[in-house]
Amino acid sequence: MSKANPTDRFYSKDHEWVKDNGDGTAIVGITDYAQEMLTDIVFVELPQTGKKVAQGEPVAVVESVKSVSDVYAPVGGEVIGVNSKLENDPSLINQDAFGEGWIVKMRLSNSAELKSLLNVADYEKLIKEEKH
Amino acid sequence: MYEKHVALNAKIIDFGGWAMPVQYTNVIDEHKTTRICAGLFDICHMGEITVKGTHALNLLQLALTRDLTGQGIGQVKLSALLNNESGIIDDLTVYKIAEDSFMLVTNATTRERDYLWIKGIQLSNNFNCVLEDISETMGKLDLQGPRAEEILRQLTSADLKNLRFYHFLEAQVEKIPAIISRSGYTGEDGFEIYAAADKIGSLWNALMDAGSGSGLKPAGLGARDTLRLEAGMMLNGQDMSEEISPLEVPYGWLVDWHKDFIGKKALTIIKEQGIKKKLVGMEMTGRGIARHGYKVFGGAQEIGVVTSGTFSPTLNKAIGLAFVDIAYSAPDTEVSVAIRDTISAAKIVKIPFYKKLK
Repeated sequence: MSKANPTDRFYSKDHEWVKDNGDGTAIVGITDYAQEMLTDIVFVELPQTGKKVAQGEPVAVVESVKSVSDVYAPVGGEVIGVNSKLENDPSLINQDAFGEGWIVKMRLSNSAELKSLLNVADYEKLIKEEKH
Repeated sequence: MYEKHVALNAKIIDFGGWAMPVQYTNVIDEHKTTRICAGLFDICHMGEITVKGTHALNLLQLALTRDLTGQGIGQVKLSALLNNESGIIDDLTVYKIAEDSFMLVTNATTRERDYLWIKGIQLSNNFNCVLEDISETMGKLDLQGPRAEEILRQLTSADLKNLRFYHFLEAQVEKIPAIISRSGYTGEDGFEIYAAADKIGSLWNALMDAGSGSGLKPAGLGARDTLRLEAGMMLNGQDMSEEISPLEVPYGWLVDWHKDFIGKKALTIIKEQGIKKKLVGMEMTGRGIARHGYKVFGGAQEIGVVTSGTFSPTLNKAIGLAFVDIAYSAPDTEVSVAIRDTISAAKIVKIPFYKKLK
């Protein structure tokens, strides 16, 4: 059922992913495992562009029918773009968490923070532990 | 039952000390299935208290707001149980099994409080009857949805066709002795089925098998909550409490003023002075979903609080119940809700939000 976790990005322990564009910017979303846990996402609160967040601070909110969950910025920086398609179709995260369901684009304040995150193998180990 | 839910891949939460399934697949799917076909809910956490004896009716007449003298055997009546200050201890259903025998079905979180309170009324009035909390040995499954009757019909010879809403009968379901009540908490047609707790697993399996051709699915507490909210039904402990009287929530109809009942004196004063706050329906006209505990504003003034709020799968919008100042309680009044650090527009609407087609 679950989609494979792409190898071209980093993961947080809170189930966010970040894809480094290599130009000082990165795309952030939540993982397929996270959307499966949340199930039917019915609302996404996106930040204003220009918002500055530190690593680990809430940057967006996703809501299922029953739950409200913060999306934590896996890296610090400035929000330079949001996926406004999610305003009309929040289920894009359920359908394609690693692609069409991306949430924000950020300019990194410190790209060294990427190294503090998990690679795909470590992330999959984490999910395995959570499932038990 | 716990093992069964885990086998069905349910997400389990603690609800008043009970390990309960919140959802099996997802809330929207289970919700829509119940509205279109049927859903099966494990409701074993609810409380059942029996009252038997020559003074059983006298006790219930004094303890409950509803006049039960006209209640027929086989009839179910919803009633309120008040404290001396007229605060709502519980909203419960009364099953009249015989002239001197009743079963009360209580909320899970209040069943001990209900039992002790009614027991106290019995003792202080020397009513000759026996109260028994049978919740541990009595199980309950709710079969809800437009196809509920065709599913249950396969397992019982009971005359379901002529069983009216808010009436019950005692019958065998797949050889298991049960009470079948045409009632529920979803706004759909359906049944609440009571049977011995140790038979509930077999009953669950039999119903799931019988419903396999009708699209029956197991449904959890998550869908139960969105279904009841769309139907404008309240949840005790969330939309009401012992601080709130039945006149401030849509339960005025449960109060029969022509008889005496515990809490009447205090309630009479509230009635004469007029209520200051009221529980109303609300829908979001701006972005976001109002949730339990969010503040409600009229202009810049804080005028109340959201008691229940969710995304409505049937109506595809955010709905809720809110406890607001009476001046802001009329339908179509524009209000707003504080959702995290934003203020979002909402309006007061009539409840229920959803009504099934006849």
